[in-house]
Amino acid sequence: MATMPLSAAPRRTKPTRPRRGQAVPALLFLLPAILGFGVFFAWPVVRGVYLSFTDYNLLSAPSWVGLENYQAIASDPVFWNSMVVTLQYVVINITVQTIAALGLAVLLHRFTRSMVIRGVVMLPYLIANVVVALVWYWLADYNLGLINSVLDAIGLDRVGFFGDANIAMTTIALVNVWRHLGYTTLLIFAGLQAIPKDVYEAASVDGAGEWRTFRSITLPLLRPVLAFVLVVTVVGSFQIFDTIAVTTQGGPVDATNAITYYIYDRAFTRFDFGYASALSVVLMTILAVIALVQMRVLRADQSDLER
Amino acid sequence: MSISAPTPRKSRNKGSGDPLPRTSPVGRVVGWTSIVLVIVATLFPFYWMLRTALSNNRAMFSEPLSMLPVEPTLGAFQRVLGLQSTADALAEGGSVGNIAFGQYLINSIIVCTLITVFQVALSAMAAYAFALLEWRGRDTVFAIFLIALLVPGMFTLLPNFLLVRDLGLLNSYLGIALPAMFFSPFVVFFLRQFFLGVNRSFIEAAVIDGAGQWRIFRQIALPIVMPQIVTISILQFIFYWNDYLWPLLVGQTDESTLLTVGLGIFRSQTPQGSPDWAGLMAGSLIAAVPIFILVVIFGRRIVGSIQSSGVK
Repeated sequence: MATMPLSAAPRRTKPTRPRRGQAVPALLFLLPAILGFGVFFAWPVVRGVYLSFTDYNLLSAPSWVGLENYQAIASDPVFWNSMVVTLQYVVINITVQTIAALGLAVLLHRFTRSMVIRGVVMLPYLIANVVVALVWYWLADYNLGLINSVLDAIGLDRVGFFGDANIAMTTIALVNVWRHLGYTTLLIFAGLQAIPKDVYEAASVDGAGEWRTFRSITLPLLRPVLAFVLVVTVVGSFQIFDTIAVTTQGGPVDATNAITYYIYDRAFTRFDFGYASALSVVLMTILAVIALVQMRVLRADQSDLER
Repeated sequence: MSISAPTPRKSRNKGSGDPLPRTSPVGRVVGWTSIVLVIVATLFPFYWMLRTALSNNRAMFSEPLSMLPVEPTLGAFQRVLGLQSTADALAEGGSVGNIAFGQYLINSIIVCTLITVFQVALSAMAAYAFALLEWRGRDTVFAIFLIALLVPGMFTLLPNFLLVRDLGLLNSYLGIALPAMFFSPFVVFFLRQFFLGVNRSFIEAAVIDGAGQWRIFRQIALPIVMPQIVTISILQFIFYWNDYLWPLLVGQTDESTLLTVGLGIFRSQTPQGSPDWAGLMAGSLIAAVPIFILVVIFGRRIVGSIQSSGVK
């Protein structure tokens, strides 16, 4: 799941004296997990890297081609286009979602402690991507959808939300903002609850106004939470697939052919597993670099409170 | 999550402790208006699903702005469950493709239950070994497990597809479930934190009484973390219920198609000119309603666990 506790550093247990004899029960308790880790995680990773150096069409055995796939990727216009549209998606999705969630979290924190309201806001996040995509595909349908019918009724032009190459990726990014807004809001809300009240009292004694308080206290103290939210949502956002698969299927003319959809397309409609594996390695490398840079820049593991 | 300093006045609102700050009347109107707008924007699409699913697909096209179902009928639900005759389906302007959401519903329930039960039970065992057993190399092994959390699912997808194919498990419940059944790094991580909180004097007393580790796990540690086991089980069930790409690759026969995959198939079968929107929304509701029920029953737990995942 996309949720991951903020401080990944394991909480230390008390350094107890190592007891003899617990290695055997430990191994027995861990046996299923080790089996699953080895067979369905470690081995596939190794095999995926290996396949990226081969030509493999599922029918005959993979044949070693060295760096050929990677060279082909470097000069593949569809790959570069997929990077551009994926980036476009991530930027719109993350910007709108983070700002909206920050606003909503501040509002909720200010006005209500209702669990029901928080539950309602979170609801879209728990519904399948596929369902969310279909509902919005219907609401935004060109001919019969409610949104275009309303636009038409008030005398505006209909919009090809999913059919217009200039708009489709923005539409998909906003649909997923709708789905993820509540999740991001809850994370930020929890961050707001963790800010000590006396900091605000001190600020109001000093006569700081609302905006000033938000800028000089709330935002800086939220930074670790925002950093965590950004790392998790950006990495998740890069892997956009479901929404595209059930709506535009990469079109119109590759306008929504994001990188994961392109990998799927190469592997399962063109059975080019070697090439698709190389694309996966490229994607994983990009994600690792992004996560590392974000952690460094945002100092995600330090809280301003402790300085 | 850190608990704020004890507040003198008891909060009128149930839920978490701290009192609400005072706000000017204008601020309150603006604030609440925004909150209500967000709630409406959140709930309206779900209402529109229901309105569409209960409409006659043919009649609906002439009244796209009607807020109520157009010529209300249960036809769309009957159609996607395979209970409507072809003639009736055509009369209502519905799709006549082969769609069996009743079967998909059963498939989804079986596969997601299978994954959740095994994954949570086996991950709990691993979490126990990482939290409460002392052995050399424990922290290193735990760190290696956590790497699995960081590698994007897309990366293991293609090789795992090959593996399941080679095992002859394509288009079977087990093929869809197997890679997720043994452990989840997220669940191990989540439960380990709660096992760490188990009071060690209970365990040492049991050791002195001569209890084996399995008995300590089953009869002492597990009951203490049971609330968290329930929470994580619900979250994982929902996650696999909603999953699309993996079951799309591995389950393609009627007997192994999950609900999300069935929706995708239905959508792609829909003719370009006059799509069966009523049917699609009925199918979507069948996929969404079990989640609504879980949220109504367990909403508080789910909200709590998502919030606490952000702040430690």
